[in-house]
Amino acid sequence: MNDNLTLAGKTISNRLLVGTGKFPNMPVVKEVLETIQAEVVTVALRRVDIESKSDNILDYIPKNCTLMINTSGARNANEAIRIAHLAKASGCGNWIKLEVIADNEYLLPDNLETLKAAEKLVAEGFAVFPYISPDLSIAKRLAQAGVAAVMPLGSPIGSKRGVKTAELVKILIKEVNCPVIVDAGIGLPSDAAYCMEIGCAAVLVNTAIATSRNPVEMAMGFNLATRAGRLAFLNATGGSNTAEASSPLTGFLRTNE
Amino acid sequence: MSFYYCLDNPPAENLRELLSPKTDSQLEAMARKAQELSLKNFGKTITLYTPLYLANYCDNQCLYCGFNTQNDIPRKKLNPQELKQEAEFIAKTGLKHILILSGESRTLTPLSYIKDCLKILRPLFSSISIEIYPLTESEYRELIAEGVDGLTIYQETYDQEIYKKLHPRGPKQDYRFRLDTPQRAAQAGMRTINIGALLGLAPWPKEALWLLSHARYLQDKYPEVEVSISLPRLQPQFNNFTATDEVSDRDIVRLITAARIFMPRLGITLSTREKPALRDNLIGLGITKMSAGSTTAVGGRTQSDPFIKNSIQFEISDKRDIAEIKKTILEKGYEPVLKDWIGVL
Repeated sequence: MNDNLTLAGKTISNRLLVGTGKFPNMPVVKEVLETIQAEVVTVALRRVDIESKSDNILDYIPKNCTLMINTSGARNANEAIRIAHLAKASGCGNWIKLEVIADNEYLLPDNLETLKAAEKLVAEGFAVFPYISPDLSIAKRLAQAGVAAVMPLGSPIGSKRGVKTAELVKILIKEVNCPVIVDAGIGLPSDAAYCMEIGCAAVLVNTAIATSRNPVEMAMGFNLATRAGRLAFLNATGGSNTAEASSPLTGFLRTNE
Repeated sequence: MSFYYCLDNPPAENLRELLSPKTDSQLEAMARKAQELSLKNFGKTITLYTPLYLANYCDNQCLYCGFNTQNDIPRKKLNPQELKQEAEFIAKTGLKHILILSGESRTLTPLSYIKDCLKILRPLFSSISIEIYPLTESEYRELIAEGVDGLTIYQETYDQEIYKKLHPRGPKQDYRFRLDTPQRAAQAGMRTINIGALLGLAPWPKEALWLLSHARYLQDKYPEVEVSISLPRLQPQFNNFTATDEVSDRDIVRLITAARIFMPRLGITLSTREKPALRDNLIGLGITKMSAGSTTAVGGRTQSDPFIKNSIQFEISDKRDIAEIKKTILEKGYEPVLKDWIGVL
């Protein structure tokens, strides 16, 4: 079955996107990515040390993966734009996971600064994947600006609380004219499956894999769940997410016709 | 209110309770909670940095400090060539985070000297923090423009009476100016701010309350700043000043775990003042940043002047080099992070 996803002109089949922070060592990052055949991988530019012979995270990312550089650490649009420029100049490509955070306590994104940076970066030719609080008007404006996807949070970064914003994410999926990828807060494979069931194009998972007892096995779990959720989305009939009353309330009209 | 309730509900009024677990099982419960929160927020990583002493000229007479102006020790400031040697020595280890320090002498190590030093350091490191004399907001802006992204400033003690006794002369007598320093830096746009109390100068539970309240205040007022704390314990000094209020290893564990539970995203820094075994055991309980390959002497890594060894600020306990520390952290199941910022930003 051909069920590929096209992001910024690139076709991928694995809808589990993986973040590379918080892992206990770099070789395990490589093992995770190889085991689940990850295709899109986020890396924070602040962690990239191109000069290092032994501690450069990029050396542990399989060559067939597409890098999505994270602007982690940017507190406003200008800083995010500069990080994107630096990423491109260092040969990390032009896929940017746009993260603008001016709140160190909850790590919630600044949607307005994110929009400003996204408009500028899209105009410059970057493939932009903005991390946002799930706000419909911002998401629509981002889509209009031409971002490659919008990435609403399920719950705060690293919290592993699951998809607490589900109702808002569902609205984005329905109304926004670009792929929706849930980016933060996914704690268990069932959360990833749920996101896929309601129609997310993909999910991005980091903390829940990186800080688990066995990151490789946890990643396998997420991989299976992402696939399972996607299959359910494509094939489910009825059920809680596509509810249709079994006895239509207006059925009497038809029986009388 | 039960202790276990406080574990899950750590607003300010519960902090006092958290700082004083009564039993071993309460302390263990705190450690478990702290580990869980640390993992969630920082993952299995420890960021490494090293201090670089630029100069030890000082106008203060802090009773507990080796740089006390009354101490007859060799005084020195690195010239550009010496600084380059010292910096390149550190850069070779792969470390990208550096903390530059000086005593408090605006005449012998003025801001212009610090700026000249930054020009040499900036190409070699991704993150430069300063632990020098307190500056004004506009001076912090000037240093940020030259590449500084972090400030470390210890209040030493939050107890005003004790502070007065310990600082009999020099600009550091001004308690309030020092207390407001992190705010001036935050206003200027400093990215990371590390505050601390020198444990041993006053009863520690009270100091911890002050310190954590200070950290919480800064984080609330400046949410864009990465706030962190240090918990240095007083070490033997030249003046034979000894701690009046001793802080045990057990107290340090209480403090670190309480801090983590109180502020889950708070950075917690541990220096080489502590012994290797304790440092290794504290990994995982809440520490996010450790120094390594340290010396408190001016030019202590590369300068051969025999007097250098007598010009230290305090004795360090963990003398392992960076490679050894990296190995230990990896063996603990954690990744030693050598670079976690973008210097040219």
